[in-house]
Amino acid sequence: MHNIFRGFGAVFYKEALHVRRDAGTLFFSLTMPLLQMFLLGFGVDTNIRQINTVVYNADGRRESRELIDRLKNSDTFHILGYVENDHDLNDLIIAGRAHVGIKVPVDYSDRLLHNMSAQVLVLIDGSDSSVAGQAINVSTAIGLDESLRRVVQDRAEFAVEMRPKLLFNPDSRSPNFFLPGLTAIMLLNVTTFLTAFSIVREKERGTLEQLFVTPVRPFGLLLGKLLPYLGIGFFELCLILIFMRFLFRVPIHGSLLLLAILALPYLFAALSLGILISSKANSQAEAMQLAFLPILPSVFFSGYIFPRETMPALFKPISYLIPATYFINITRGIILRGAGIKHLWTDGLALFAIGTILLIIAARRFQNKVIMA
Amino acid sequence: MADVRKNPAASAISAQNLVRRFGNFTAVNDVSFRVEKGEIFGFLGPNGSGKTTVIKMLTGLLPLSGGSAFVEGLDVRTDSEAVREHIGYMSQNFSLYYDLTVAENLQFYGRIYSLEPARLKRRIDEIVQLNGLAPYLNRLAAQLSGGWKQRLALGCALLHEPTLLFLDEPTAGIDPVARRQLWDLLFELSGHGITFFVTTHYMDEAERCSHVAYIYFGKLIADGTPHSLRELPDVQPQGTLRVEITTPEVTRALRFARHLPGIRSATIFGQSIHALIEDRFNLDDLRNQLLKNGIAVTEIRPLAPSLEDVFVELTYKHQALLEAARA
Repeated sequence: MHNIFRGFGAVFYKEALHVRRDAGTLFFSLTMPLLQMFLLGFGVDTNIRQINTVVYNADGRRESRELIDRLKNSDTFHILGYVENDHDLNDLIIAGRAHVGIKVPVDYSDRLLHNMSAQVLVLIDGSDSSVAGQAINVSTAIGLDESLRRVVQDRAEFAVEMRPKLLFNPDSRSPNFFLPGLTAIMLLNVTTFLTAFSIVREKERGTLEQLFVTPVRPFGLLLGKLLPYLGIGFFELCLILIFMRFLFRVPIHGSLLLLAILALPYLFAALSLGILISSKANSQAEAMQLAFLPILPSVFFSGYIFPRETMPALFKPISYLIPATYFINITRGIILRGAGIKHLWTDGLALFAIGTILLIIAARRFQNKVIMA
Repeated sequence: MADVRKNPAASAISAQNLVRRFGNFTAVNDVSFRVEKGEIFGFLGPNGSGKTTVIKMLTGLLPLSGGSAFVEGLDVRTDSEAVREHIGYMSQNFSLYYDLTVAENLQFYGRIYSLEPARLKRRIDEIVQLNGLAPYLNRLAAQLSGGWKQRLALGCALLHEPTLLFLDEPTAGIDPVARRQLWDLLFELSGHGITFFVTTHYMDEAERCSHVAYIYFGKLIADGTPHSLRELPDVQPQGTLRVEITTPEVTRALRFARHLPGIRSATIFGQSIHALIEDRFNLDDLRNQLLKNGIAVTEIRPLAPSLEDVFVELTYKHQALLEAARA
């Protein structure tokens, strides 16, 4: 009689039947993330290589040709072609065909021969900041190296030598960077959408109201509706991990068990968000729109694509409110850096707190709103 | 109106001074009534007059803003949990899961009420037999016609053997045959002692109820048996007579009749006019006046007011009162 989970079994079983009946939706929601994964895993490379470059070599002698060869061999620049005047050089950049224009002045070789400083103009298209940054770094480094080679003729050792070592992702592979983060975004999609829809559908149908007239308890109802989707979210996580490990060969350095455990508070937060959405939306179309809302902030403010460190101070607090922020730290931490519970427990706790707050807000809205409808 | 203070436990429903406000709007305004066990209680009123709100208050879906209500002797304000064990509810849109089969819908609602497997099986068998659902057990609810959806919804609401059933416009959008069959079913169940609380717009359904009440803009303006309501002084004012004028030219006759002094109101019913006339008016005089104006009259005879007459009269009267209050 005073079982606060009353009705859980009935609702859980019924929800499982819905999922099975609507196998199309399930299949779609499971495969869409995998498709995104293929697109990002195969199609995106954050390492900037082979920037389209156009050259105006006004000098044309051996020294100038050597310089251009060095730029070419850096793998950063891809020489599209050569032009014969400044106008064409500019024009190709404006047209977007080249992002870098290199002009070697007519007196380049002469000045080098007379031990004078020679200047090379590097025009860089700033409309893509990451391409521009890479072009600046590499061209400056090549200039510096070229100068050193001329000063330190006998190749003596440098006074200071920086030896960078890339930890955790030594080959700078993009899938290693993207896929653990993508996991968080994809799980958010699946779980939030499915839960929101499953509740809003009952609202539209009037069955939710019907359930409220039965002795089913709110906890039994919510839990019965959530657990099947928690299961689906978990299954999705396993699928993603399998593809990540065996198709994209992202090594998993940490404990899978820990990842599974820490995925629970994240899924909990995502499902609670779904319930919150369903407490606001009265139709599936409305739920669809609302469910899209958290996606963009989750992509842009969670550190998934852009590092959180570079975020303006005003926006940084936002990132702390986004569940994906914590889970991306968890997935990258466990998968790439081999982090353990002592590094990540705060993230897990934060997710649990967010999930609880969302659930409380949703439950209160439900009490006041659904019943009125 | 019945005195609702007496022994609420003996009644199926005992509502006293019910009030429900939504912000500034008072949807239910000081409504009191009592439904005895075994009655078929028809709750009538125009759309938006507060019928569904009253049901939601009695079933515990909406908290009361004021007043008290006892359902099967239990206080809905404090004991709504226990109330739910005793009541069944069928909403206007037959709250079924369309992607589940008939059998699955029944099983689900049975399990929600925690019926033990043996009892659930027995109850499903009984309901299937009673409602004739046997041929459709494995069909998806979405594929049923309106009448069958309604029978299934009724079946789901009956599984846990409630003693009181709330039916919110159960026959809206259902064909006449299915409507008749549903009422036959209700009478059969009523014979087993189940109390029904039914809202409807259909006057022929109201006539079938053993007890009717009429709510208008949140106020209960009539409450009694269909027979007692017909005798209300507001419906049949002193010195008036209700007559039926059968004529082949109803529209012309109506236009004419409305201008006759001594005719209080007149409206068309098929090939006849129902009119409320002052009884000093002789029926033969009326016939002669019509004939003089070239309107053929087949028959004029006295008529008892229908429930529709009752509600139309009461609505006019309260409309006038509301307007007077506003002015």
